[in-house]
Amino acid sequence: MNVAVKTPKTATDRKPAPEVMLDIKNITLSFGGVHAIKDVSFNIHMGEIRAIIGPNGAGKTSMLNVINGFYHPQVGEITFKGETRAAMRPYVAATQGIARTFQNVALFKGMSTLDNIMSGRTLKMHKNFFWQMLRYGPAMAEEVEHRERVEEIIDFLEIQHIRRTPVGRLPYGLQKRVELARALAMEPELLLLDEPMAGMNLEEKEDMSRFILDVNDQFGTTIALIEHDMGVVMDLSTRIVVLDHGEKIADGTPDEVSSNQDVIDAYLGVAH
Amino acid sequence: MLYNIFVDPFAQMLGAPDFLMQVLWEGFVAGTLYGLIALGFVLIFKASGVFNFAQGIMVVFSALTLVGLYQAGVPAWAALVLTIGAMFVLAWLVERIVLRNLVNQEEIILFMATIGLNYFLIGFGEYVFGGEPKKMIASELGLPTGSTTFEPFGGVLIIEHLDVAAVVVAVALVTGLAIFFNKTRIGRALRAVADDHQAAMSVGISLNQIWVIVWFAAGIVALATGIMWGAKSDVSFALQIVALKALPVLIIGGFTSIPGAILGGLIIGFGEKLFEIYWGGLLGSGVEGWFAYVIALIFLLFRPQGLFGEKIIERI
Amino acid sequence: MLYRETGQFKTTYTSDSQVFPILQDKIGLIAMLLIAFLVVPVFGSEFFVKTVMTPFLIFTLATIGLNILVGYTGQLSLGTGAFMGVGAYSCYKLATYFPETNLVLLILLSGFFSAGIGVIFGLPSLRIKGFYLAVATLAAQFFLEWCFIRIKWLYNDNTSGAINSLPREAFGYQISGGAADYIAQYIVVLCIVVMMTWVASNLIRGRIGRSWMMIRDMDIAAELMGVRPLYAKLSAFAVSSFYAGVAGAMMVFLYYGSAEPEIFDINHSFLFLFMAIIGGLGSLIGCYMGAAFIWIMPIILRELPEIIGLDINPATVEHIIFMMIGGLIIFFLIVEPHGLARLWQIAKEKLRTWPFPYT
Repeated sequence: MNVAVKTPKTATDRKPAPEVMLDIKNITLSFGGVHAIKDVSFNIHMGEIRAIIGPNGAGKTSMLNVINGFYHPQVGEITFKGETRAAMRPYVAATQGIARTFQNVALFKGMSTLDNIMSGRTLKMHKNFFWQMLRYGPAMAEEVEHRERVEEIIDFLEIQHIRRTPVGRLPYGLQKRVELARALAMEPELLLLDEPMAGMNLEEKEDMSRFILDVNDQFGTTIALIEHDMGVVMDLSTRIVVLDHGEKIADGTPDEVSSNQDVIDAYLGVAH
Repeated sequence: MLYNIFVDPFAQMLGAPDFLMQVLWEGFVAGTLYGLIALGFVLIFKASGVFNFAQGIMVVFSALTLVGLYQAGVPAWAALVLTIGAMFVLAWLVERIVLRNLVNQEEIILFMATIGLNYFLIGFGEYVFGGEPKKMIASELGLPTGSTTFEPFGGVLIIEHLDVAAVVVAVALVTGLAIFFNKTRIGRALRAVADDHQAAMSVGISLNQIWVIVWFAAGIVALATGIMWGAKSDVSFALQIVALKALPVLIIGGFTSIPGAILGGLIIGFGEKLFEIYWGGLLGSGVEGWFAYVIALIFLLFRPQGLFGEKIIERI
Repeated sequence: MLYRETGQFKTTYTSDSQVFPILQDKIGLIAMLLIAFLVVPVFGSEFFVKTVMTPFLIFTLATIGLNILVGYTGQLSLGTGAFMGVGAYSCYKLATYFPETNLVLLILLSGFFSAGIGVIFGLPSLRIKGFYLAVATLAAQFFLEWCFIRIKWLYNDNTSGAINSLPREAFGYQISGGAADYIAQYIVVLCIVVMMTWVASNLIRGRIGRSWMMIRDMDIAAELMGVRPLYAKLSAFAVSSFYAGVAGAMMVFLYYGSAEPEIFDINHSFLFLFMAIIGGLGSLIGCYMGAAFIWIMPIILRELPEIIGLDINPATVEHIIFMMIGGLIIFFLIVEPHGLARLWQIAKEKLRTWPFPYT
């Protein structure tokens, strides 16, 4: 697999494909009396990189949780690949091709890097219990087949040297990369990234940006990205949606959003 | 068959209301005693996050120490004071040897350590005191004996004075401990330690002191429980099995709630006695061995954190 | 010097995923198997084979079952004793109804009954976690114990309430009942345990074992990877109870010879939990080590006073054993909470660079 390094293009160079992959309509999510998300609607086109930004507590992670089914909204519907649902469920999201990374790195701490990434192939492994008991034979052939795919991802993300290391021992930046690898192992159509650059230095951020762009370019994966670093957001994303206190305050291309007065107010903190 | 389950028991209950009151009273007493045992667990769990499997043997051990000292010639009240001292020494030793070395380990490791402690105390107790059942020195300690007979509804209701004393002691302990936990500085420190050892240490709470205090308090509760249970039915190593009954109580009441422990105890006490007397005939004997657990299990399915426990919130 | 990997390269993914990739480890394993199959039955005394090795193997099997549930899937279970009992009583009834059938087959079949019961009592795990789940399994333990006493059909209505290992044969050898050949019993137990260890190892390294570990580490994320908690948890309960059931059946028929419900009680459940934890949760070799430690150490301790020449009353010895077990458990938990398996791993790491002191 040839990994070519590409310089990040600006958003205006890329023409977003008009086909809608995910459509969020009028989602309201509340916990007890607290409204995490209030009547938010937006969509994500196929093949684009959609950034979700906003100050802390705006409801961004909750939004991702709604998309992959951890939270069920009280109001609204989610249309994914043409199917409309009142709420998603995690297992359904997985089978439909949604993968995700988490803000606080939800890796399987008791397993090695290789095992963690292999766990992303779970849905694609079908050999039943009986063959698993024997292991040698059809089950082994399946393991090897998936191991080959996983090794391609390991090469792609340059984590060969930590294959066997228990992930609990890895530094934070590498853990985030392993998490990305695990999400990629699912061969998702929609990839949800929750602050993938958090806690990284400049070099690591450039590496991660490169990987994200490559994933989008080479595999055609649609990406929804929560991120705080504005430079990264402006460079990487096709379109941006801005949330504040659970409401949508802007939606458009990076240029449109960065000149939007409401957005500037939200970030600088004007009294409401 | 359905008649037997749904109609007959209630008919029996109403037919002999004085017997029903007797059963309810017995259930009440058993419930408060279960609550006492559960209280010991709650104390330690609330303050160190450890489920102290050895609480049962501590009950036996404290009772044995008390009786042993008395039989060796020490006067009753002096024996009581000495036993309290012994429980303090035990708490101090446990903190020094076990807890100090297991700071911040996972719950299950600490739980296993208390099982180890349990085995150790069984062996030690049997070695020092011997395995035969002993009689609790109830009257020597000033606990009332005898009973009063009431005649409600023209029937008979017998109330043992000892049972009344047990209830009074339990209520006093619970109230005292609840006040201690919620109103005092040390109580707050205890709650902090239960939440997070490292964080508590970083704000200057001395883990070691706290743990000694808590295990000592649990030891006192164990002693009170041992005296009460022992007065009702002799002191022997079989008593530690009762400690396992505390688990369903804790499930229902929540692992961290003092009033919950008593309430849970009452629910189990009532439930068990009623079931045994009125429905027991259907299933045969020995039902009380598992009935409490089934109640707890049903509770768990609907309310995993118990009546008063803290709700477990998982965040991603 | 002796334990080096130099020059041992793997060229296929198949060989890369072996359990014992290092040649020296493989040799060690083959040596152990040879000793177990050939040396012990031929040279071991009756006491050693019958009272040390056979029960050690049986308890290891039960511990493997428990470890699958607690160590690999993270579901705390205190019902091992009862599930063993289900296996034992199932085997008893099967042996009663099918007196001509090979006993080994019946033993393996009885595992399915305990697997079924295990799945039923594992259902609460879908809602409950941690300590609370332990309580649910305790409900199973106490309820099943009560069943063993109350349901007279289970022990063929005999007045003693106990079950006896009915005299049965397998492959031409008398392996249960009063006239059983203890060497045949040992070999049968050894074969079953070795085979089931191999199966457990296969399951653990494959898709199913990974899904168990995913549930253990973070079940919310696991669901997003496509693991269905229902299947993963219940399959863990099923496999674990199967192993416990087979161990229970073997315990009665190939070791004790008879059984009263007491041998399936809560104390035994705790015993196996000790074995799993001291050996190392999440490690198969740890099960062997833990079982060896908990089973063999008291035997040595009991013999010790005689050997040294001290005269201690046997009851006192029992008390001291209790104290020592309790003390050693605490000691181990302080020194190495991940158990003997981790200590063994550390030793091997050190061995790789021996005799050089640097890591």
